[in-house]
Amino acid sequence: MDSEEIPFMVKIEKYIPYLLLMPALLYMIFFIGYPLVQAVGLAFFENGQFTTANLDYLLYSPLSKFWDALKYTLLLAAVIIPIQVSVAFAIALLMNVPFKGHNLAVYSVILPLTISDVAAGLIWYVMLSPNGFFNKLLVSAGIISEPVRFFGAANRDMEFLAIVITEVWRATAIVFVILFAGLQMISREYYEAAEVFGATTWQRFRYIVFPMLLPSLQAALIIRTLFAFQIFGVVWTLAGRDIPVLAGEAYYEQTQLHHPGVASLYALIIALISVLIGYIYTKLFKARYLEA
Amino acid sequence: MGEEQIILEKKSVVKYYLFKILFAATVIIVVTWVVLPFIMTIIYALSDPLQYYDRYIIIPTRYTFEHVKSLLDLGAGQAIINSVIVALLTILFSFIIGLPAGYAFARYKFRGKDSLKLFLVGLRMFPIIVIAVPLVTLYLQLGLNDTLLGVALAHTAMATPFVVLITSSIFAGVPVELEEAGLIFGLSRIQAFLRITMPLALPGLTAAAIFTFIMSWNEVFIAAVLTFRNRTLPAFVLQSALASTDFIKFAAAFIMVVPALVFVFVAGKYLIQMWGITLK
Repeated sequence: MDSEEIPFMVKIEKYIPYLLLMPALLYMIFFIGYPLVQAVGLAFFENGQFTTANLDYLLYSPLSKFWDALKYTLLLAAVIIPIQVSVAFAIALLMNVPFKGHNLAVYSVILPLTISDVAAGLIWYVMLSPNGFFNKLLVSAGIISEPVRFFGAANRDMEFLAIVITEVWRATAIVFVILFAGLQMISREYYEAAEVFGATTWQRFRYIVFPMLLPSLQAALIIRTLFAFQIFGVVWTLAGRDIPVLAGEAYYEQTQLHHPGVASLYALIIALISVLIGYIYTKLFKARYLEA
Repeated sequence: MGEEQIILEKKSVVKYYLFKILFAATVIIVVTWVVLPFIMTIIYALSDPLQYYDRYIIIPTRYTFEHVKSLLDLGAGQAIINSVIVALLTILFSFIIGLPAGYAFARYKFRGKDSLKLFLVGLRMFPIIVIAVPLVTLYLQLGLNDTLLGVALAHTAMATPFVVLITSSIFAGVPVELEEAGLIFGLSRIQAFLRITMPLALPGLTAAAIFTFIMSWNEVFIAAVLTFRNRTLPAFVLQSALASTDFIKFAAAFIMVVPALVFVFVAGKYLIQMWGITLK
């Protein structure tokens, strides 16, 4: 090796990690920063002049479904997330016990993770449509004489229910994977120690499983809440605009009504809500960590 | 005394089996709840219309590929090709920019590492769908609107934080000592990386690529906003299939479900690992 080369290499060595990081950092800053700036421009400016026309349309126009969209997005999140987290928690505990066919069961449970939300919506359309599996089953069993109608603007409550069923089915798998991974990381030694001291099942759950799983539970909660505000595919396939949601309205304003300003406003609102939720959760959970 | 013990044992044996049966039943209910909709979708997508519209036939006996075929002819065939192209481009781009970053996080100590990692990895929480609408304006200027390249670039923004996180975790799993041994034996850093670390990381990277593929393959909002004629499969289905008859909808579900089943059975173990890493 050349003796002059070494100091140069040492010098450069210091910058290598930054050079390696640069492409990813620049790409992400550009692809998130630029659209956000552009969104503000589209939403609040017209020909270089500040305008509230888009905001007025969003808030007050009879064509706009903003308030309904906000209401239904919040309502869906409030109904779906608690069911998802508790169901996923129960399944994760179930799958943490070794049994015959265990792997097959785990693979089955994660299946919905690999399909798009549009596919999930269509799958449950197959299950719930007037000639779908459930109606046929119930009619054949003589439990009902006429099929239950889940779809169509006249059955909005049933559409809401169909969305809840589909989302619980689809995204429970996500929560399951987080909690399952968390459970698998708890060392066997803790259980063995508990056994030595004669802990009951409940005590083991209360003093080992639950506290050690708390970080995973919190992660699951954050991820699910954030994604709840992006709900789109399932709602759009099952209910269209009968059940308006924020992302759905953004899509509709952009592609059907050609209102990029209003659609950008929706984008900004979703981004703002997400940042707010992230902030609240970090504050909330940090406080609890400090207590413990 | 002896008799009591026998009764006690009998009781616990009954309890044991009762518990076992209850446990098995719960597992079966859970698995059925998740899997049955997949099975019914496949069955109904392929079923004969007359039998489907008969209210008393739950499981049809006559099957046809007609609906799937007519959906493919309607444009789903091209949409599948588009989806594959977008997903492959997304893998390519996100690995080109994400893999070096993942390596840097796994192998180097440097100032600002923690905050940079927090920033990059924290971005996976960002609601990436919100970039779609403003991107349309930029894409119109650049001539990228309604192109597969444009969708792939946006999907790359969605996938990169995950790729960084996954690759960093994969590289961290390859012992640094092996690389150092290579350096001692005269390999350069790049050679050591290419000849030692890369081959060892390859299975993990393949799984990461499949993970990225699925992410792009399933994304609908960005694809639907950014394209008009050159639609990916989910965007095509969202646009075309929803207004169609039941059978076209079922066929659409069928086309989207089959690859998912393949993915899970081919790479299920790795995928669980990937999800475990990315969802933490």
